[in-house]
Amino acid sequence: MTKTRSILPRKLKDLAIRLFSGAAVMIAVGMMLWIIFTVVHYGYKAMSVSFFTNPSRPYGIANGGIANALLGTVFITLGAAIIAVPPAICAGIYLSEYKDHKKLVNILRFSANVMMGLPSVLVGLFTYIIIVIPSGNFSGFSASIALGIIMFPVIMRTTEDMLAMVPYALRESALALGMTRTRTTLRIVCLSAKKGLITGVLLSLSRVSGETAPLLFTAMFADSWPFDFFSSPTANMPVLITEYATNSPFAAMHQAGWGAALVVTALVLIVNLSTRIIFREKKHGH
Amino acid sequence: MFKVDTAFKWLCLGCAGIIGVLMMGFFIQLFMSSMEIWNEFGLGFIVSSEWNPVTNKYGALPSIIGTLSTTVIALIIALPLAFCAALFIVDARPQMGNILGQAVDLLAAIPSVIYGMWGLFVLAPIMQDYIQPFMVDKLRMDKLPWVSDEFNGFGILTAGLILSIMILPYICAIMRDVFQMTPAMLKESAYGAGCTRWETTKDIVLKYGIRGILGGVFVGLGRALGETMAVLFVIGNMMGMPDNIFSGATTISATLAGNFPEADGMQRSALFALGLILLAMSFAIQVFAQYYLHATSAKRGEAR
Repeated sequence: MTKTRSILPRKLKDLAIRLFSGAAVMIAVGMMLWIIFTVVHYGYKAMSVSFFTNPSRPYGIANGGIANALLGTVFITLGAAIIAVPPAICAGIYLSEYKDHKKLVNILRFSANVMMGLPSVLVGLFTYIIIVIPSGNFSGFSASIALGIIMFPVIMRTTEDMLAMVPYALRESALALGMTRTRTTLRIVCLSAKKGLITGVLLSLSRVSGETAPLLFTAMFADSWPFDFFSSPTANMPVLITEYATNSPFAAMHQAGWGAALVVTALVLIVNLSTRIIFREKKHGH
Repeated sequence: MFKVDTAFKWLCLGCAGIIGVLMMGFFIQLFMSSMEIWNEFGLGFIVSSEWNPVTNKYGALPSIIGTLSTTVIALIIALPLAFCAALFIVDARPQMGNILGQAVDLLAAIPSVIYGMWGLFVLAPIMQDYIQPFMVDKLRMDKLPWVSDEFNGFGILTAGLILSIMILPYICAIMRDVFQMTPAMLKESAYGAGCTRWETTKDIVLKYGIRGILGGVFVGLGRALGETMAVLFVIGNMMGMPDNIFSGATTISATLAGNFPEADGMQRSALFALGLILLAMSFAIQVFAQYYLHATSAKRGEAR
């Protein structure tokens, strides 16, 4: 005999789960809004023209700004992009376009996936060993390498995914017209996946520009302007925030820290959101 | 013409090879740099709980315990939340589901140092003034062996809480993909047989996508394990063994970031050894994540 179950407890259980689901979404979104609100709330008081034009100052000296750190972060991030983007796109092309060594491709894709999940602090440690120790000094350049290593697998995998979406007929037509393989790949396949590639690069840039842990091992910090990019510690936003927030008892410095946090958060979120909105594409296959 | 094609192919292969070289380089370099420690203490380094730069005695156990306990707390909190949030987002109307999904994804875009600051200036005081007194005075949780009645807002629980918020979007994104993968036919059959939504989820969607969900769990685990800045700000940075979830502790990544600038000689070697341990742990977790996500087309929650 089958057991009959009454409908009411089942419906009640269903309702409870649904309510909890709604609450879970509200908690997640609420946390996001709470954090952003906190940053705006404490940070906007620090905003002034001099905050953006003065360089940072040592402890206890008033009127410290973020100009040098902002410039340093721009240098470091651009450096990372220059180092990582071209080879990462080539690597993605290999995964997607050349299928004659399936096993090798699988191993490389696997390594890229694993690398994406490795803690960024380890990338900092690794870069310290391979760049900072041999060159004998901390530098913005070593930070670019570290961020480049973080970006590399992300862009590699995005490129592969984006190129895989390009219909095969397009490649075949190009090849049938007598284009070489290289030309087909670069002029036809990459061009039609352009939007996706740019999205991938911009999202990974916005991601690494807020990375802090690797910079502690590479760029460190300096109150000077970041023009000795290749040979000395370089000012940057994330470490400036860390320094101001944790290493100082002064309320004014905490406030400057919040100001810097607001600038970084705003930059990251603006790049992130505008990329998503401008380059929003319909999901493949639907 | 033929030559250009060959050259381009080798160029691409070379670039793709970088990733393999990096992967091996991580292990080799960290191992070489920590040789001193492995020679001196051997595998005893992993189970020793002493960390004393003065006497040059180093052990990894407190950091490992801190890492594991914060990660476990983060998972216990984040897993049900992410699961249910994903359920809600997938079942909501497409327009609203899309907006909510993007909003949750934004949590992953906020830099970790911002989480750290928020934790230091907002969450830690709230923990000290409200949550921890509530747990001790009202819930009498200090009777439990892993909760004490001494607290100051910092410590393992606070770090675990922040981590749970940070890993939630990653797990949620993967679960959404997994839920959407279930064939509509299967779900409709269940509804047709009279199942409620929860029963359909539990008996059909969950069973169909269990591998993907496990993959999501491992991705979240990997994130929590290596997170540095947010933890560094709120964990209290004590090198001793933690007694309970309110006590100040340290994690591997927090030890690395916090002690590295002042360290030299043996201590630096010990930090590299900690890095190697973290690398091995993360690597294992990523391999599991890959294994479980392999069968699904779920994205990994990055660069979405």
